[in-house]
Amino acid sequence: MIASMPLRAAILSVVMAVVLLGAWELAVEQPEQSGAMSEYEMLMGGADQEARVPPPSDVFTHAWNELSDPFYDKGPNDKGIGIQLAYSLYRVLAGYIMAAIIAIPVGFLVGMSPLMYNALNPFIQVLRPISPLAWMPLALFIIQDSETSAIFVIFICSIWPMLINTAFGVANVRQDWVNVARTHELSHLRTAFQVILPAAAPTILTGMRISIGIAWLVIVAAEMLVGGTGIGYYVWNEWNNLDLNSVIFSIIMIGCVGMLLDLALAKAQKLVEYDE
Amino acid sequence: MSHAFLEVSGLSKVYPTKDGNDLTVYEGVDFTLEKGEFVCIIGHSGCGKSTILNTLAGLDEPTAGAVVMNGKEVRGPSLQRGVVFQNYSLLPWMSALGNVEFGVRARWPDWSKSKVRDHSAHFLEMVGLKQALHRKPSELSGGMRQRVSIARAFATQPDLLLLDEPFGALDALTRGVIQQELMKIWSETQQTAFMITHDVDEAILLSDRIFLMSNGPNAAIAEAVTVDIPRPRQRTTIFQQPGYYQLRNYLVDFLVNRSEDKPDLQSGAPNAVNPLVDQPPETTTAAGGADVNNPQLAVNH
Repeated sequence: MIASMPLRAAILSVVMAVVLLGAWELAVEQPEQSGAMSEYEMLMGGADQEARVPPPSDVFTHAWNELSDPFYDKGPNDKGIGIQLAYSLYRVLAGYIMAAIIAIPVGFLVGMSPLMYNALNPFIQVLRPISPLAWMPLALFIIQDSETSAIFVIFICSIWPMLINTAFGVANVRQDWVNVARTHELSHLRTAFQVILPAAAPTILTGMRISIGIAWLVIVAAEMLVGGTGIGYYVWNEWNNLDLNSVIFSIIMIGCVGMLLDLALAKAQKLVEYDE
Repeated sequence: MSHAFLEVSGLSKVYPTKDGNDLTVYEGVDFTLEKGEFVCIIGHSGCGKSTILNTLAGLDEPTAGAVVMNGKEVRGPSLQRGVVFQNYSLLPWMSALGNVEFGVRARWPDWSKSKVRDHSAHFLEMVGLKQALHRKPSELSGGMRQRVSIARAFATQPDLLLLDEPFGALDALTRGVIQQELMKIWSETQQTAFMITHDVDEAILLSDRIFLMSNGPNAAIAEAVTVDIPRPRQRTTIFQQPGYYQLRNYLVDFLVNRSEDKPDLQSGAPNAVNPLVDQPPETTTAAGGADVNNPQLAVNH
C-alpha cells in the first residue's frame, strides 16, 4: 500500500536531514594531528585551537548540555539559553502588544474613513520602509534606556503591517454585510464589533502574523546593538568568545522560537477564518 | 384620498455624470401599497428597480420625492422594513441559526437567549431547514442560503418585506420549491411584500399586483397589473386557471414590445390594468398554447 502524503513527506524530510548533516560532518572532519605539537601548542597546553566550523555531532552534544539546564545564571557572560530567549521574548511581546493596542484601533478608524485613509497614507508610506534599527540612536537618546529602546524598535517595526492590514480589511468589508447591519438598525459600535470586526478579522490576523515574524527578525539585530541580555546579544557574545558551537546552537534556537511564534499566530488565524 | 400603508410620491433618481449630462434613471414615480399586499415589479435591466427597492429600504437616498410608510417618512434603514438580498447577504462566520438570531436579537434586544433561539429556530423550520441549524453558509447550497435569508427577514416580523430578485441565482427546481415556501410563510404572517423579479411566471404566482416598468433612462412604472387569480395558488396547477395565459401573454407582450415606449401617465402613478377584465378573453385556449419563447412574440424586439 502506498503511504499517505504527509508520511512520505516526513520520510523525505528525515532523509534530507541525514544527508545534509552527514555531508556537514564529513566536510569538517578533524584535521589529522600532524606530527608533534609545535612549541606554541605546547605553550597553550594543547588546547583546542582548530579554526573550523564544528561538526553537527559537537553541536548536538552542546545543545543537549545547554537544553538540559536552560535557566542557569553564572553572571553576565554566562546565562542559560532559556534565560536569553525569555529576555528576547519579553521584549518582542512587549513591543508587539503595544503596537497591536495602537495599530488595530487606529487601523480600524483609518479603514472606516476614506478621509483619514488619504490623510494618513503619506505618513505611513514614508515611515513604513524605514529600517527599524535606524530608529535606535534616536530612541536611545530620547528614552535613555537600552532595554526600553529595544522594545521601542520592536514596537515601531511591528506596527505597520498590523495598521495597514487592519485598515485594508476594514475598508474592504463587503457592502452587503454593512447593509445587513444597517437594515437591522445596529448602532455604529455594534456594527463595528458584530459585523466589521469578524469580517475583517482574518486580514487583521494576517497583519499580526507578518508583524510577529518581523519583530522576531529585528530583535536579534537590536539586541546585538544594545547588548546585555537576549538571544541576539548571546549570538554576538559567543562569537566574541569564539564558541561556534553556541553560535550555531543559538541560530537553530532562533529558528525554532520563530517557528513557534508563527504557528501560534497561524492557530489564531484559523479561529477567525471563515469561508464565503 | 385615504392614506395607504405605503405611499411613494414623486420619486426620482438622477446620477450626475462627468460631462454634465445628468443621467435620470427614473423620475416622478408614484405608487401605493396596501397592507398585506404582495407586489412584484418587473422591468428590463437598468430601469432602476433595485434603486427603487433600496430607496424603500432606506439604503439609498432619492434625488427627489418621498416614501411614506404608516404615515411616517422613510429616512434611513429600519427594522420595520426587512430586506432579502439577491446574494443572500448572510454573515459567513455565523451558523444558519446565528444569522437568524442576529436579526431577532437586533429586533428584540431585551429577549432572553432561549427566547431568541426558539423564535429563530421556529422560522428556520418554517423554511425547511430544521436539519441545518448549525451549518455555516458555506456549507449550504444556494437555495438553502436563500431560505436562511428569508427566515431572517420574516423572523424580525417587519411591516414591509423587500425582496431583491431573491431567486435570481437559483436553479429552476429549487426556485419552485422556495417560491411555494415563500407563499406559505407569507400567507401565514400576512406581511406586505415588494419583490423584484425577472420571471413572469414567478410574478403571477406570487403577486396581487404586478408593476411593469418601462426601460431606462427616464424609466417609469407604466402599469400596475392586477392578478385576478384566486389564492391559494399552486405552482403546479396555476397554469390551468382561466385567464393565466392571457395574463402571461399580456405581461410578456409588454416586456417584449411595449417597454421601450414612454408611458402616457397622468401624474406619476401607473395605469391600473386588469387584463382579464379590460380585454375579455378572446381565445383563451389558443392563447394558452402560446409560449413566451414563441419567436413570433420576439420578432418586434
